[in-house]
Amino acid sequence: MTDATAARSWHLPDLGFLGWLSVAILVFWTFVCLFAPWLAPYEESTILTDQSFSSDERMLLGSDYLGRDVFSRLIYGARLTLGLALAATVFAFVVGVTLGFVAGIMGGTVDDVMSRINDAFVSFPSIMLALILVSAFGSSLWLLMLTIGFIEATRVYRIARSLAQNIMVMDFVEVSRARGESIWWILKNEILPNAFIPLSTDFGLRFTYSILLLSSLSFLGLGVQPPFSDWGSMVKENMAALNYILFFGFQVALAPILPAVCIFSVTLANNLLVDWNLSRSQKDISSELIG
Amino acid sequence: MSALLKINDLRIEGRRNTRAAFTAIVKGVSLELARGEVLALIGESGAGKSTIAVASMGYAKPGCRFSGGEVIFDGTSVLDLTLEQKRQMRGARISYVAQSAAASFNASLRLDDQITEVSLAHGIGTRAEAEERMVDLARRMQLPDPENIVRKYPHQVSGGQLQRLMAVMAMNAVPDLLVLDEPTTALDVTTQVEVLAAFKDTIQHSGAAAIYVTHDLAVVAQVADKIKVLLGGETVEDGTTEQILHDPKEDYTKKLMAAVRPPPKRTGEGAGSREAGAEAVVSVRNVDAGYGRKIDGSIAVQVLHDVSVEVPRGSAVGVIGESGCGKSTLARVISGLLPAASGQLLLDGADLAGNVKDRTREDLRRVQIVMQMPDTSFNPLTTVGKALERPLEFYLEMPPEARRKRVAELLEMVDLPAEFANRRPQALSGGQKQRVNLARALAAEPEVILCDEVTSALDTVVGAQIIELLKKLQAETNVTFVFISHDLSTVASFADRVVVLYAGRVAEQGPTAQILQPPYHPYTALLLHSVPEMRQGWLEEIRATESTQLAAASVVEIGATGCPFHKRCPMAVKGTCDTTKPPVRALLNDHRITCHLEVAQLG
Repeated sequence: MTDATAARSWHLPDLGFLGWLSVAILVFWTFVCLFAPWLAPYEESTILTDQSFSSDERMLLGSDYLGRDVFSRLIYGARLTLGLALAATVFAFVVGVTLGFVAGIMGGTVDDVMSRINDAFVSFPSIMLALILVSAFGSSLWLLMLTIGFIEATRVYRIARSLAQNIMVMDFVEVSRARGESIWWILKNEILPNAFIPLSTDFGLRFTYSILLLSSLSFLGLGVQPPFSDWGSMVKENMAALNYILFFGFQVALAPILPAVCIFSVTLANNLLVDWNLSRSQKDISSELIG
Repeated sequence: MSALLKINDLRIEGRRNTRAAFTAIVKGVSLELARGEVLALIGESGAGKSTIAVASMGYAKPGCRFSGGEVIFDGTSVLDLTLEQKRQMRGARISYVAQSAAASFNASLRLDDQITEVSLAHGIGTRAEAEERMVDLARRMQLPDPENIVRKYPHQVSGGQLQRLMAVMAMNAVPDLLVLDEPTTALDVTTQVEVLAAFKDTIQHSGAAAIYVTHDLAVVAQVADKIKVLLGGETVEDGTTEQILHDPKEDYTKKLMAAVRPPPKRTGEGAGSREAGAEAVVSVRNVDAGYGRKIDGSIAVQVLHDVSVEVPRGSAVGVIGESGCGKSTLARVISGLLPAASGQLLLDGADLAGNVKDRTREDLRRVQIVMQMPDTSFNPLTTVGKALERPLEFYLEMPPEARRKRVAELLEMVDLPAEFANRRPQALSGGQKQRVNLARALAAEPEVILCDEVTSALDTVVGAQIIELLKKLQAETNVTFVFISHDLSTVASFADRVVVLYAGRVAEQGPTAQILQPPYHPYTALLLHSVPEMRQGWLEEIRATESTQLAAASVVEIGATGCPFHKRCPMAVKGTCDTTKPPVRALLNDHRITCHLEVAQLG
């Protein structure tokens, strides 16, 4: 039997090499987002040369199709991509968890009505729903955030609802109900703490999906609009460079490939951390089988 | 004759998580088992019974590993086999029957496909041969309509039938050794009799050897040839069933024997002393209750039908019946978790609202409920102290300093050290959790505590300690207990009055001593003599009686017309019992029997 006080003493989590690499990648990008104006040598929309995809001693990673500095644009793109995706995920969680908990706790007709409406949205592929919403309402940064947040909220709702349902029927909640506790007390003290770990895992995954959805929208030209650009739109606007590899060598392809690599690095790091979190909680579960 | 299974100085260690160090779970246990023998492994939970039993298949549970000793099965050293070789052996030569049949069958496959799968996977004969063995075994297991019951899906058969079908599955490949892990613990007494008899017949018939894991000595007395008593991963005592039952050598074995309460009809103990003349603190009057609502507002699944129960102040009222009879529903109705559809609840003569939401905080305080499962009754993230402080804060509005002092007192009342306040529930054993559970109810300084099967998740010794604690608490605080259990001996040792529920109706209620003696309701009679007695040969005697055979033929059905028990009743009168609602017959001391038969006929 583990002693409670000993188990609570803090130590560095055992992440393994990949885990620490993921943490390093995410810390790196957070740093880049926070200090973008100081890190980037140029403004993101400054045109430095009339040569597309040229290498230039002023520009670390060459120029893009309009002659802008790819390096600077990647740094500002990180801000847009990650900031927008994070804001959308937070929005999705606030809305999804609130509504999901309400449905899970109230049950009955309230749950039926809310869940069927939600099912209608979930039944659309997310990219299709996003395209419809963006074409209908436009793609300002605010609207993009709300669109992605709304779509992910429908997914979060389902998880939050089933978590609330599962916890509501636990004996300790019954005991609290029998004691006469208000629904808010039960929500705050019993449901939220016990739903926290699964929800935090989902937050990680949801953040990844938001990045991918935003990047897909931008790649299709319906996301972040010029002159600003996130990584997805950078891939799209510089795609033509791929045709020139045969004539000018591989370095011209940096402009479209690097933003894709950035997306890849963030989503991979995020997924690895989520996996680690999951395997940790599964280890806790399997350890209950002993004894 | 050489041994089929031989375990020498087996050592197994385990750890709770990947960071923890390994600790010894099994510390050098040896045993020998010949063909045709049944060996029982008994002991409290945590004694290593199951771990040793599955080790005979070369299996260590997740987080465990073999650290020494050898397991020789039919001349082969099992621990040295490769995984593939073990797979060849498991199912075909050694098979396993788990505690929960419901969790061991795939709900979406038909039973016959699952039963014959073992034989086919091991290439033992054709499907037709496997089916033939399956039906043969089902018949031997005394399953009704053996050809057709195996064509059903798991949810279409009762729990006791499923448990027997699991044994059919385990024996389909004609194994040499059966490992039975508490196969009857989750069953009602009436069902347990049937399942035990079926296991015994089949094992004898097939000539296989069996390891039977249980903590119930009365069950062991029926099936086992040899007994091994375990404590903390070590052997305490070995012997034949007869020798262990009649002449135990070790103190621990004697203690285990003492924890088995004698069958209730032998004793008249404990009954009726505290209730005479006391006014009712809780009255349940003509309550109908159930789950779900139809469109027209009526109950979709009605569980309780016209139930009336009076709970005298300061007494202990036991509620018994098989699973599905509405015992827990009654507790939920009284606690306000499940508002009754109709009928009345009274607390001290005054109306008590049916729904927790409508009760005053004072009314809520006066009635507390203790749940069945110690493992799920606590928020895993809250310390014991915090869990106990909440009712103090909520009902009594104590300041933090006073609360902490009171928590220490409460823990002392349930015989736990005050340091436990800082622990989380996961760090407590089942019995300790159940004590904290009681302390949490006591914190509210209630007048009534509803105990819903508080001992059924615990093993015999720990359960007996909890009953002692309840008695002590009742003497100290004069609190009233409503004690729900499916175990008649537990109820009889503690309750002043007993309410027998059958299919959501009160079959009989009255002072304990009168319930345990004739005249009784035929259902009470069935429950009484289904409680296993700790002597060999009991099972054969009881199986010969007509009432047991009838009881086995069907299961609890809610919503039958007439008397709900008529199908299983040996004394049922055709044309009356199956059509007309039985009258309530009042006897001395508020003893009531709901039956068509005259009191004189109820032997």
